[in-house]
Order: sequence, then C-alpha cells, then structure tokens
Amino acid sequence: MSVAPAEVDLPRSADEAVPDKPWLTIVWNDPVNLMSYVTYVFEHVFGYSRPKAEKLMLDVHRKGRAVVASGTREAMERNVEVLHGYGLWATVRQDE
Amino acid sequence: MFRSTRDGGVTVRLSGGEATLLRTLVVPVMELLNDPERPSPPPPEPADSTDDVFAELEKQFSQPDEPDPELSMDPVVARLLPDAYRDDPEKAGEFRKYTESSLREAKKYFAQTLLETLPPQGGKVRLTGDQARDWLRALNDIRLMFGVRLEVTEDFEDQLSALDPKDPRAAAFEVYGWLGAVQESLVRALAR
Repeated sequence: MSVAPAEVDLPRSADEAVPDKPWLTIVWNDPVNLMSYVTYVFEHVFGYSRPKAEKLMLDVHRKGRAVVASGTREAMERNVEVLHGYGLWATVRQDE
Repeated sequence: MFRSTRDGGVTVRLSGGEATLLRTLVVPVMELLNDPERPSPPPPEPADSTDDVFAELEKQFSQPDEPDPELSMDPVVARLLPDAYRDDPEKAGEFRKYTESSLREAKKYFAQTLLETLPPQGGKVRLTGDQARDWLRALNDIRLMFGVRLEVTEDFEDQLSALDPKDPRAAAFEVYGWLGAVQESLVRALAR
C-alpha cells in the first residue's frame, strides 16, 4: 500500500522521524579497548559469528567507526546502552 | 592466566599482590560512578504502599535540569558514560536523562562483582560466565580510567618505551599494560 505524495509542503520539525530510514548503531574507534575484547562484545551482544564480529572490529579500527546494527530507534538505543555497559564508544543516528 | 571451565565459567590464580592491586584500582572507578547529583540512596523500604512509587516518580520528574554535562563532567566519567548522540546535544541529553543512572548502577554492579569475588589474600578464583563478563566490564572500566588519565594512544607500546623511567607516570603505564594482559587473557578464556 502506498500513499500519494502530499501537494503541500508540511512544516517538518528536526525531530520528526523519516519513516523509511532505519536507525543505526555506530561504534567509534578508541585507543583503550582491546581488539579481542571488541570482537568478543560484538559476538556476545549481537550474536554475530566470529568472522563477522572480527570484520566489524577491523572496520572500527581502520576506518575509525563502523555501523554494527540497524533497525528501530528504540532497538538501537538499547544496543548503545548495552555497549556503553561494555565501555565501547557507541552512538545512534538515523541513516542518511 | 585465565582458563575456561566446562560450564562456561573461568578460573584464575592471583597472587596476593595482584588481588590487592585490582581491589585498589576498582574503588576509584566506583567512586567516580557515584552520581554527585544523587547521593547514594538510603536502603530501600518495603514497598507495601503505592504512595512510595508515586512519590519516587514525582521526584524524578520534578528534578531540575542538570548543568551542562560537557562542562561539569570529569573526563573519565564522560568516557564511562558517553553521549549516545553525536552532534545532537538535545537528543544526547534526553537519552542521558533516562539511561544514565541505570548505566552508573550497572557499572557499579560489575565493579562490585570484582570486589566480592577477589580473594583477600589471593589464590584461586572461580567465576561463572556471568561473573566473568562482569569482571571483563569492570576491568575495561578501570582501563578506560587509566587510558583517559594517561592520555593513552593506539601506540601505547611506543608511549611506554619513550617514557623516562623516572617519569611519575611510569608505574601507572606499567599497571595499564598489565591490566590489558589480564583482560586479554580473560577474553580468550571466554571466547573459546
């Protein structure tokens, strides 16, 4: 089912969610967290396989950050809370 | 160092010195996690009256706005309790309002597990999987505290070797390195 585009420009507050864009959990590189530890956290928290967890860890390490999960804003905020519990530097944002 | 057990836990043998060191280091983390805005709550009273629940809610909602956390937060605390939204102070503040105190409590709980399971004189420690993950997080918080205070970079080894042995931070760098080895060993035992 689809909806025809509105004819008028509705005012949009900055807070208004764009419904079709998922939210992302991002983990940022950090000089303290051990590579093995970050890999373990991705495996344990997200249930990722070792190769997937290692790939994400290396992305964080080499590129400075990586998207580690996507979904609803609530789910991503829950992820971030858990990751902060593990001391990872994690943030939420909506996909662009 | 750490060895995995068949039931998903780990064991480790610590010297008296190592146990004392860990105990000494986890205490300042716990102190930093105490919320200056909310002094440690009194022991909970039996919740036989719903009035208490509403009183508690009212207290939470009527709390005055906190001062700008960026300005008042110790850098270690800022690293232990980071913003969940980058470049969006409003969303970050909102998230913090609802989650920060439970994150503080969770981290204190992990630290408490470490304290309670450390043998006073050293010796063999036996941890369940859950306790081991509490240790992992408590060790990580201690390392984060050191990392911030010592301004550790990714080239920690270079920093260490470039350090004048007479530098007052030399011992702290050594301890930081040791904590990394302890944590690495625990991760390996758990990830098996």
